Amino acid sequence: MARLRTRKHKVVLNRSVGGDAGITFLLVLLGAFMFLPMLYVIMQSLKPLDELWMFPPRFYVVNPTFRNFKDLFVLMNTSWVPFSRYIFNTVFITVLGTVGNLFFGSLAAYAFSKVMFPGRKWMFKVVRSSLMFHKTVTAVTNFIIMSALHMVDTYWALIIPAWGHTLGLYLMKQFMESNVTDAVLESARLDGASEFKTFWVIAMPMVKPAWLTLIIYSFQDLWNAGSSIYIHSEQLKSFNYAIGQITAGGIKRAGASAASQVIMMAVPILVFVITQSNIIETMGSSGMKD
Amino acid sequence: MSKTATKAVSQKDISRFRYTLKEMNRNKVGYVMIAPFMLVFTLFTVAPVVVSMVISFTDFNLLQTPNFVFLDNYIRLFLDDDIFLIAIKNTFVFAAIVGPAGYLMSFMVAWFINELEPKIRAVVTLIFYAPSISGHVYLIWGTLFSGDSYGWVNGFLLNYNLIDEEIQFFEDADYVMPLCIVVALWMSLGTSFLSFIAGLQGVDRSLYEAGAVDGVRNRWQELWYITLPSMRPQLMFGAIMSITSSFGFGGVVDALCGNPSVDYCAWTIMHHLNDYGGARFEVGYSSAIAVVLFAIMMGANALVKKLISKVGS
Repeated sequence: MARLRTRKHKVVLNRSVGGDAGITFLLVLLGAFMFLPMLYVIMQSLKPLDELWMFPPRFYVVNPTFRNFKDLFVLMNTSWVPFSRYIFNTVFITVLGTVGNLFFGSLAAYAFSKVMFPGRKWMFKVVRSSLMFHKTVTAVTNFIIMSALHMVDTYWALIIPAWGHTLGLYLMKQFMESNVTDAVLESARLDGASEFKTFWVIAMPMVKPAWLTLIIYSFQDLWNAGSSIYIHSEQLKSFNYAIGQITAGGIKRAGASAASQVIMMAVPILVFVITQSNIIETMGSSGMKD
Repeated sequence: MSKTATKAVSQKDISRFRYTLKEMNRNKVGYVMIAPFMLVFTLFTVAPVVVSMVISFTDFNLLQTPNFVFLDNYIRLFLDDDIFLIAIKNTFVFAAIVGPAGYLMSFMVAWFINELEPKIRAVVTLIFYAPSISGHVYLIWGTLFSGDSYGWVNGFLLNYNLIDEEIQFFEDADYVMPLCIVVALWMSLGTSFLSFIAGLQGVDRSLYEAGAVDGVRNRWQELWYITLPSMRPQLMFGAIMSITSSFGFGGVVDALCGNPSVDYCAWTIMHHLNDYGGARFEVGYSSAIAVVLFAIMMGANALVKKLISKVGS
């Protein structure tokens, strides 16, 4: 019989020291590959001018300064569309798009997983198969459809399609299937609650991790939306686009550009740090059975 | 005989049809609940696919009434368009490397960190996941590999006299594709990675203990006979996420190497599609490109589905 080792009261099985060492080595190597470029962005954003343009370039910063961030704000104030407008655009689009996706997506997820209407299986299969292709495939045709609906060059061109994003719905449906028991819903129905009320009062509070996950995905999508082919008015463009314009200013703006990258990455990373455990919990039921 | 048989069958059909109708009526609230989502989904996801398929048989250009041209667009694509053939080759090279390598990397890292303490695991997860959610931070690769001596890599090589003059990494056809692949891999630990972490956490520990008793001798056997089979659903979902993102990478290439990249060396089907659809307004032709790309993505997914069903057997 195999010998069982234990560590902290858990049975730890069949772990060779050589294997542990090899895995740790690989992990550190891959970790460096992932982390060093991110670290370099932060270093660049803190470098004073003479350190940005020294030869040979140095990885780390010696005299850290916030000058680049100040420059960035000065640049922001000189743009002909006020920068607050870009920020408003991104916030407006992100909030409306996410709220719609959360509400309509969870409603549909609930129906797909808990209401036994005929046709739900093949309909869900169609929804699910949309995860298999990248949305840029349909961008050109989408443009034609949107211009037919007079949505081109309005906020709605970004907001309404976000309501139909499938990844959030998919994760929500899977999570409801494994975390909302039919018995609870049945007793609510017997008490005379309508299906909508059961959904809102009983099911939704039970799937908070999935909510958060859906919100994060929708948020990431809309926050990172840069220039879009559906929007051409400068006043309607996003914060990400405006930041990109500063970066495109080239060599003179290397410092400000690094500062802008730090700001752009800080927000999604912060949001992920806060919600990580909920997202992982949701992912526990993300699997596809067939 | 035959008459009664027919009758029996049709009667059964009718009762089944009636049963379905009854069920539809009883659960009609379900249709109401999915209606808003399905409306938006149909309008902006299903309809574009169907419309692309139809338009791909025409010479539509947004201005004139389209004519039906049957397979002309497809014939032109495969027989008359050299750049498209380059695009297909690049797309396949790109997806065949980034898809599987990113997928394997996601799984391996998730597996490596599975037995760490929860707090340490959370920090390591963040380090690996961060590049995929950080917007255009990948532009830092442009700084690292910049063509002047202030680029970190060039500066390093020059300083140690390994090269005599700067390498124009993003303008040299030998370097563009490998660099884009590296950046893509850097960003490839996304949704599938999180799904694997959760899947590994969800494997029933008593299976491992039972396995040890039954003679599983090392972690590789444990991985193949216990872990992988019990997280097949996550492997499936992760594969779909990896494939989709490995095909949708054009924007990063543009930002790093310019559009078009030198000698079209990193020109993918997606670039070709945007070029004809977005810049030249040859919507019919670009729709044919979209249909081909769509078919490739769906085909890749079907293939991978088959492969994964064999895992652990």
